[in-house]
Amino acid sequence: MKQEFTITAYTENHVGLMGRIAIVFSRRKINIETMNVCPAEVEGISRFTILINESRDVVEKAVKQIEKQVEVLKVFFNTDEEIVWQEMAMYKVPTKVIAEQVKVERLLRQYGANTVVIRHDYTVFETTGHREEIDALVAALQPWGLIEFVRSARIAVIKASEGIHKAVMEFEAAKPSEPAIENEFLDQRDGVFTM
Amino acid sequence: MQKTIEKADTTLKEVPVEVEAPKTHSGGQVLLEAFLKEGVTTIFGYPGGAIMPIYDALYDYADKLQHILVRHEQGGIHAAQGFARASGKTGIVFATSGPGATNLVTGLADAMIDSTPLVCITGQVFAHLLGTDAFQETDVINITTPVTKWNYQVTDAEELPAVIAKAFYIAGSGRPGPVLIDITKNAQLQKIAFTEYVKCNFIRSYRPKPVVRPEYIAEAAKLINAAERPFIVFGQGVILGKAEEEFKVFIEKSGIPAAWTIMGMSAIPTDHPLGVGMVGMHGNYGPNKLTNECDVLIAIGMRFDDRVTGRLDMYAKQAKIIHLDIDPSEIDKNVKADVPVWGDCKETLPMLTAAIEERKHAGWHRKFIDCKKQEVEKVIHDEVYPETDTLTMGEVIRILNELTKGEAIIVTDVGQHQMVACRYAEYNKSKSNVTSGGLGTMGFALPAAIGAAYGDPSRTTVAVIGDGGFQMTIQELGTIMQFKPNVKILILNNCFLGMVRQWQQLFHEKRYSFVDIQSPDFVQVAKGYGIPGKSVSERDKLTDALKTMLEHDGSYLLEVMVGKENNVFPMVPQGRSVSDIVLSREEI
Repeated sequence: MKQEFTITAYTENHVGLMGRIAIVFSRRKINIETMNVCPAEVEGISRFTILINESRDVVEKAVKQIEKQVEVLKVFFNTDEEIVWQEMAMYKVPTKVIAEQVKVERLLRQYGANTVVIRHDYTVFETTGHREEIDALVAALQPWGLIEFVRSARIAVIKASEGIHKAVMEFEAAKPSEPAIENEFLDQRDGVFTM
Repeated sequence: MQKTIEKADTTLKEVPVEVEAPKTHSGGQVLLEAFLKEGVTTIFGYPGGAIMPIYDALYDYADKLQHILVRHEQGGIHAAQGFARASGKTGIVFATSGPGATNLVTGLADAMIDSTPLVCITGQVFAHLLGTDAFQETDVINITTPVTKWNYQVTDAEELPAVIAKAFYIAGSGRPGPVLIDITKNAQLQKIAFTEYVKCNFIRSYRPKPVVRPEYIAEAAKLINAAERPFIVFGQGVILGKAEEEFKVFIEKSGIPAAWTIMGMSAIPTDHPLGVGMVGMHGNYGPNKLTNECDVLIAIGMRFDDRVTGRLDMYAKQAKIIHLDIDPSEIDKNVKADVPVWGDCKETLPMLTAAIEERKHAGWHRKFIDCKKQEVEKVIHDEVYPETDTLTMGEVIRILNELTKGEAIIVTDVGQHQMVACRYAEYNKSKSNVTSGGLGTMGFALPAAIGAAYGDPSRTTVAVIGDGGFQMTIQELGTIMQFKPNVKILILNNCFLGMVRQWQQLFHEKRYSFVDIQSPDFVQVAKGYGIPGKSVSERDKLTDALKTMLEHDGSYLLEVMVGKENNVFPMVPQGRSVSDIVLSREEI
């Protein structure tokens, strides 16, 4: 039975690793619903949060393949019950309807939306929450002339994750991560025709 | 007082000034110095524009590093694979950027699936040109990511020592595999201060060997001790783990019949009394049939490939499965294990041996012997001692065996001849069977045999090749002509793409669609490359012809014309259970 699984991977901060991880999914024809990559709480270590909709058996196998990658430190996978998660969304609506329509104002209060920017032609709000809450506000704003909408990838912390931070710190203490190598030559393209 | 001041002045002048170490080595030289430290002796490769600085450095290392100029990069990487498989060391290949690098992809995929340790070095355009579609630029890192254990692009020579050390460590440790290092031309030319090379033996995010869990060893031993009909299937993990002796001790104490996968072949001598043959689509009758009768199946260093298991939902369903593997991702991948034993079998097998009782299982073993009798009667006898007008592949392999006494390295290509060679060749030593197992790469054998001849020059290397596969990398005859490795080339010519034809006959109503392949006069072609040869089609001349080939001082090509429409049996028809293995066409 397919269900939502959130995969959390701790990795080195290395060029090309995202591709290696993405290939694990694309090769097995697994669709990635959302993917968030950010620095973890330990410098030099990245945290991938990947949301997929698959059966447990498929997820288990994919996770083992991710963990097998040389630069991956540890991978977890959890059902929705085992994590605390959020997504963020931004909604662009005409300022006119906000100013004139009390119903819209109430709607925004009801969903706990915060104002990000106000211009004379449009206003941008943001909310954070679960997908269904975000989707509900989108649906509610549609009739009032929603101009634009964007949603972030899921981020999640694992409820029973005591010890992960400690383990990552131990990894870092054992051998600090190498700085990510950037291509410092890319801005030296004047040399292109002087070979 | 004045004297003290003078002394103080002198002290100040003696403060050591940090002087930057002279930049004495180019990136190319650093690479080759690192190779020497890693014990590299032989490199296969093909130069080009983007790898020229490395080749320029190589010019000064000719007395320490042997470079074999192949005729195509695919030949180069297969040769490196053959070298690695015959020697147990890491194979090395060089290629230039763009087409040179993309020509490595087949070999990388082959090495990845067959766990062959390789370090591949590709040249790349200058770093400032990356991403500009420069001449001979390809995104080799992204192209090769799915077919490498690890890859990395070096844009600064300062990175090279650590990256090369890491490459060798990753390629050769744990479950081995191919590693590709792409080096931009500026990094090859860049001068750096290089004094010492430190080998790598730890990477924070890499665990080559999982920690062995003794509770699983105990659980596995309990199952084995209670088993009435235990059965072992072993793969290349035994050879890669250098655990041949530990494995032999284990089976001899346990008394359990053991069958090999195509990649596990030669880990124990093929005439070992507990060796019951090969599993798989064209494996032996007994081990396939009885897989579905055992009560405990012990899989050692093998990965339950679909060619081994046949229909998964009907594979050893009655048995408890114990799976020993170094790669945790192989556990439960295809077949669910009741007891997973993670770890290097060099470590886990002695632990298991210590925990099991000494047994014989004579009655159970008798069943394998009975199956073998049936197989000999229905298939083997006629294949190796035929009474037909035409020669069979089986009899060629039988005579080759008799002449080489199981001492040769036999390198096979892919197709009917491969299955026949693996079924009938007998080996006394490990690392004797070099074949393309997982990817099934036609064109593998000739270059891999060149590599194997360098990997273990003390042994005779025989490349057994079909007429189709030979023409896929025939250009490597040029490499043999120039560098003179001692490779015996045995072409089993049935004027067909034999395995495809067999399938068309059995499953596509004999519609022989584009399998009738015309070949040149192979003997004349070899002659053009300065390699002597002969073609034979008569039975009474076969033994002498094989003797001539083996006794010839240097490479030799022997073409044997064999029956056109012979089939390889037994066979597990695709989509059927292993116990549905058939001994003849009539049973399909």
